Amino acid sequence: MSTLYTEIIQDAYKHPAHRGELPEHTHAFEDENPLCGDTLRIEVVVEDGAIADARFQGRGCAISQASAELMLDRMIGQSVDEVSVLNREVVLEELGIPSISPARLKCALLSIEVLKRAVIKDF
Amino acid sequence: MTIQQEAVASQVTTSVDAATVKQDFPILTRTFHGKPLVYLDSAASSQKPRSVLDALRRYYEHSNANVHRGVYALAEEATAAYEAARGTVARFINATPQETIFTRNASEAINLVAYSWGQTNLSPGDLIVLTQLEHHSNLVPWQMLAERSGAEVAYIELHPDGSPDMDSLDRLLATERVKLIATSFVSNVLGTLLPVKDIAGRAHRAGAVYLVDGAQAVPHLAVDARDLDVDFLAFTGHKMLGPMGVGVLFGRRALLEEMPPFLGGGEMIRHVDYRGATWNDLPWKFEAGTPSVGDAVGLAAAIEYLENIGMESIAEHDRRLADYAVGRLGEITGLSIYGPLERGALVAFSLAGIHPHDLASLLDEDAIAVRAGHHCAQPLHDLLGVSATTRASFYVYNDESDVDRLVEGIEHAKRTFGL
Repeated sequence: MSTLYTEIIQDAYKHPAHRGELPEHTHAFEDENPLCGDTLRIEVVVEDGAIADARFQGRGCAISQASAELMLDRMIGQSVDEVSVLNREVVLEELGIPSISPARLKCALLSIEVLKRAVIKDF
Repeated sequence: MTIQQEAVASQVTTSVDAATVKQDFPILTRTFHGKPLVYLDSAASSQKPRSVLDALRRYYEHSNANVHRGVYALAEEATAAYEAARGTVARFINATPQETIFTRNASEAINLVAYSWGQTNLSPGDLIVLTQLEHHSNLVPWQMLAERSGAEVAYIELHPDGSPDMDSLDRLLATERVKLIATSFVSNVLGTLLPVKDIAGRAHRAGAVYLVDGAQAVPHLAVDARDLDVDFLAFTGHKMLGPMGVGVLFGRRALLEEMPPFLGGGEMIRHVDYRGATWNDLPWKFEAGTPSVGDAVGLAAAIEYLENIGMESIAEHDRRLADYAVGRLGEITGLSIYGPLERGALVAFSLAGIHPHDLASLLDEDAIAVRAGHHCAQPLHDLLGVSATTRASFYVYNDESDVDRLVEGIEHAKRTFGL
């Protein structure tokens, strides 16, 4: 078994529950990973200061896409304030891996970068 | 010589014993995750044989001092080592030492021409012609020059197989606005071998100057700058078994004589007073500041190592290995290879269902080093309609067993992803 491509990551990559569009979104942001040209767009419905719903779209590696899936799953229902404290440790915990190479860390963190820019004013 | 003797001789000149060669490269004995390293990223940077590492050490232990103006014996020795290295490089590409300028790398060599030649020879409306497959190092300096000079950049188009559409070049030349053509010799993504001598002829008939980015060619082919009739040839030491930190610009003497300096500083001057300065002779006019003497000495040792094997043999070895790789990789379901059949020592491909970065990470778990990404050729990847590809590249120390390990690694990656 691969040490990086755990079942958690593969399952989130292959069977995402939060991939798609939210036409009624109140917030959205799209960014590119300059390392590989991968793109990620996250659309969010914010109600009463909380993330009522969120969806992601984009093309990219299993790490960036699984990270988006797992982080949205974690954050839906949470308050927007919780987004600002997301960091590398939280992402690795969700991905279920103890560490990741510096080159692939950018892929893993793309989801929270995009989410922060979507919902945090003046991020 | 009898026919039989000729056959034996040609066999001798086309055989590289990669297993023996491999023993000259200490780094290739490393293991990762308990598995022996398979290094398939020489197009990004080659590994260094012991003779190059020894030359570096010998220079720093025995001959190091700043070059040129020193009066003492040690400084003379360092100067002699530096200029001897230049002589070796010049001979290797059939140039004169005056036409052989040391730079930091190929990018700096191209920037030297873009600044020095470009600034004084281009006007608004002039055309700079590149190909659609250029590495950023032979693309961005010309876009920057276009911005500064008002000239425009135009592109030789590619056929679907990645070979250049020479009719598109002729159409551009027919505008009579082309002042400069700059192309790769070998594409670092598609492996395309560009018809450099043919382009040189067309450029010169149209009165244009021709620069060749030889970064992926000089390490692998016998390159004769004189015979190819190019005006500038840029390449770098670290892709041809030499150290990082030294590159080369060959320039036709008449052009170099007319060109102003690129960078100002020590060594590039003849005389300086408070009002201004006059310039040193070639090639030193283009070498401001203390050069990377040890690296130049290391590059000369690398060239001697390559010549010992023979550039014809290396070209044949690389060609055969690339053919073998294309054949083996082509058998993998879901794998698509980019580029023409006739290619340099590299293969870029994509695999259905696995992103190049995931594939490279999975191969790394099997200690197989490949490159994934746009390989500093983002516009080309846009043209190919992909954000990234995976690339395996080969050199003298690789053989069929490395390709076999790559194929096994890809099959393993597919199983991991349930494909």
